[in-house]
Amino acid sequence: MHHSNAPYTSTTNACKLCKPLGACLAFRGIEGAVPFLHGSQGCATYMRRYVISHFREPMDIASSSLGEKHAVYGGEANLKQGLRNVMHKYEAKLVGVATTCLTETIGDDVPMILKAFRREMEESGVGSSLPALVSVSTPSYSGAHMEGFHGAVRAVVDQFTGDPEVLPPRENRVNLLPGFVSPADTRYLREILDDFGVESVILPDISETMDGPAMEDYAKIPGGGTAIEDIRSMGGSRCTLELGRTIMGTDTAGRLLRERCGVPLHGMGTPIGLRESDVFFSTLKCTLQRKIPRKHTLERGRLVDAYVDAHKYVFGKKVVVFGEEDLVVGLTAFLAEIGAVPVLCASGGESGRFRECIEGVTSGILSPSPEVREGMDFYDIAEEAESLSPDLLIGHSKGFHLAKRLGIPLIRVGFPIHDRFGGQRILHLAYRGTQNLLDRVVNALLEKKQEDSPVGYGYM
Amino acid sequence: MSLEQSVIFDERKDQIHRKGDAPFTMGCNRESLAGAVSQRACVFCGSRVVLYPIADAVHLVHGPIGCASYTWDIRGALSSGPALHRLSFSTDLQEKDVIFGGEEKLYKALVELIDRHAPAAAFVYSTCIVGIIGDDLNAVCARVSREKGIPVLPVQSEGFKGNKRSGYHAACKAMFQLMGKGSTEGISPLSVNLLGDFNLAGEIWIIREYFRQMGIETVANITGDGRVADIRRAHGAALNVVQCSGATMDLAKMMQETFGTPFLRVSYFGVEDMAESLYAVARFFLQRDPAIMDRTRALVREELAVLYPRLQEYRRALEGKKAAIYVGGAFKAFSLVKAFRLLGMQVVLAGSQTGTEEDYQELYEITDEGTIIVDDSNPLELSSFLKEKDVDIFVGGVKERPIAYKLGVGFCDHNHERKEPLEGFVGMLNFAKEVHSSVMSPVWRFVPRSIHRGKEPAFTESLFKAGAECRPN
Ligand code: SF4
Ligand code: SF4
Repeated sequence: MHHSNAPYTSTTNACKLCKPLGACLAFRGIEGAVPFLHGSQGCATYMRRYVISHFREPMDIASSSLGEKHAVYGGEANLKQGLRNVMHKYEAKLVGVATTCLTETIGDDVPMILKAFRREMEESGVGSSLPALVSVSTPSYSGAHMEGFHGAVRAVVDQFTGDPEVLPPRENRVNLLPGFVSPADTRYLREILDDFGVESVILPDISETMDGPAMEDYAKIPGGGTAIEDIRSMGGSRCTLELGRTIMGTDTAGRLLRERCGVPLHGMGTPIGLRESDVFFSTLKCTLQRKIPRKHTLERGRLVDAYVDAHKYVFGKKVVVFGEEDLVVGLTAFLAEIGAVPVLCASGGESGRFRECIEGVTSGILSPSPEVREGMDFYDIAEEAESLSPDLLIGHSKGFHLAKRLGIPLIRVGFPIHDRFGGQRILHLAYRGTQNLLDRVVNALLEKKQEDSPVGYGYM
Repeated sequence: MSLEQSVIFDERKDQIHRKGDAPFTMGCNRESLAGAVSQRACVFCGSRVVLYPIADAVHLVHGPIGCASYTWDIRGALSSGPALHRLSFSTDLQEKDVIFGGEEKLYKALVELIDRHAPAAAFVYSTCIVGIIGDDLNAVCARVSREKGIPVLPVQSEGFKGNKRSGYHAACKAMFQLMGKGSTEGISPLSVNLLGDFNLAGEIWIIREYFRQMGIETVANITGDGRVADIRRAHGAALNVVQCSGATMDLAKMMQETFGTPFLRVSYFGVEDMAESLYAVARFFLQRDPAIMDRTRALVREELAVLYPRLQEYRRALEGKKAAIYVGGAFKAFSLVKAFRLLGMQVVLAGSQTGTEEDYQELYEITDEGTIIVDDSNPLELSSFLKEKDVDIFVGGVKERPIAYKLGVGFCDHNHERKEPLEGFVGMLNFAKEVHSSVMSPVWRFVPRSIHRGKEPAFTESLFKAGAECRPN
């Protein structure tokens, strides 16, 4: 289905990335995992480069490096050879194989090849040292990077959660499927769960793998990530929290855990802003039957206090928000709360549910609803934005050209951030993340006002 | 098992050589080993690199979105005028296009973009799946060219059909179609085309200025700050000056065959190579203009007078430090080896993604005993070499940077993303400055590498030792 309401045939400066990139990022958040692209060499190298420029961390993505003859006769032999090489050199616990446009088009049956590979390895006696092999189908001609990300998470859960009968129930543990959030966000989510006194499995967890310490030796696979043992026992957890409004009710990892293992699923929005964060905290409170730790009620209190302190600076400011749909939904919820006016919510993604999600977080607090557009590129966004004369842009760093043209500030959030430092450490979520966003929004507006004014105010 | 054994694939053993170990032989020019995390890109990438800086053309990537997304404005190839090259155009193929073919979409997209931007030409890059679904790029391009009255050139750059070098070739073939079409009237007998300079950080402007001072006209920049009209009359130049590792070598050869234009291979990196490049061009024109050598000497003398004293300062600080080089093409590695020598530094590793046998032979000859020479390496190997050789600075591209930094090794980006010109005499100074600012930074004192090697007192360590007491002093 094509939901795009973009008026043009050509795409200029896309506001999305390709599907296997999302899958590779998700695989990267699993302990001992090596992402592996089944396709030609270029895709892997381009994606590595793109990811490295944001995180400033090594990002090894193996590739089956298909050449011309494989494209004609199929890539099975190369895929197997590649897997063997990754096994030997990386000592991976898991190899996450994502397909590319090429191998989808030539019709390689990856699950079957992996099965055959496993059989061959077992026959030759090395079956026991075999890493887990997970595959996900990620042709970029249907869906973008977020579909690839969620698809990979689901594939991992699918592979590792088996029969609920044999799983020991873990009453004091929750599963958290946060979606594609920053390492800083992931660390903070874990802190919240720790403060609630509950054990947690966060899948994926890129907090260390994509934001690690200085090392003496190059780690073939960086430390950290969700332990496979933990994933195996997710089916016994007390409940699953799955973030992202646009994926609610779809065929996600959370739903799979519910259907296969009976784990209650709480789907909710990406917690940005007061109300979406309240949902997150109150869900924890009710399911765990525990009080929200004082540290966090205090942070909430401070956030409300800051909303008040900030309200005049932001009231009525027109904002264009762009990027991944669930991030945009969260940001829009937040902006509406502080009296700013999101005038355009744009994404390159095409979930088909973007509008209803935006309406869900703005109804009753913002009228009229903002323009909501899926399947947009930066040409479309620029065209719309020109007529809306916004005061501010919020999104990833690819909005820079537009911000420059309009002469307005860009608040850099999400992925990628290729022109600033510390993208991996940006906090977006829950009370603390919202506080951080609020500070940055207000300061950007103040700075603009100060710079534009001939007076040179020293108090703003 | 030694560290090295554990990271080097058997299949790759002959693609690594330690000078002094054995007679020199080198395996190269192969497809990358599956699963080895090669640092290489693809055919499409090679074509994109070469054609990208042509600033008044539409560059349309025919394929799914990724190939275009990842190459949007990634290089600092500057333009003095139009900047169409900085936009990322794609047909963003969808499932139905893959099933029913993408020709119609390509046609519409091309027409739309040409109407919108009125470019001087359009390049259409085919990507992997276009090679599979079998769209007839030639037919679509010919049709649009007829209808719109501008050159519309297909670039056969399906990613899997070879490596980056095949991409260079495809790009050269596409460009060659433009040549011989424009008027060559008024071109000076002392004239050149600059091939293989992409005007990163404005470098081609520096080189053009040198030639101007020598009394030489530059007809076409190929392709930095490039213009379609210039390329169309490039065959009118007296000489092709070809820089870099052969990205545009094929074009020079085609031009020689068809138009009889001779060419010279040059490099603008480092003092020696820069000066020699200018002298070589001067020698070529000596018959036509006997005074050219004097002008060139004067130019070089003047530049060096400014440069040398300042280089000496850097040299004093950098003397004896160790450098590692891993770059796309081997030709650049030659210049870097010499440049480091000028700074008193020792090159302990030199490698490239796509060098040829002759390239590696030359590298072998200009490096010191014990230097590791490597073809098509990967993060595991590179990191083990860095550690073994206790390197102070690593020169490479974006993908190599985190390897160096993670291990606490300095780094210099000598690739697409550089923001300071590294070519020309001034470029050598910038290079020295950049190497200096990385090698001499105090941050390396705090990384595990220095602490554990006992280079630095482990004062930070002792703070964290278990049971360390806090005595009042
Ligand atoms: S071919 Fe597909 S997978 Fe590869 S870079 Fe292009 S869009 Fe991404
Ligand atoms: S799909 Fe092909 S052309 Fe595109 S990036 Fe991948 S290897 Fe290169």
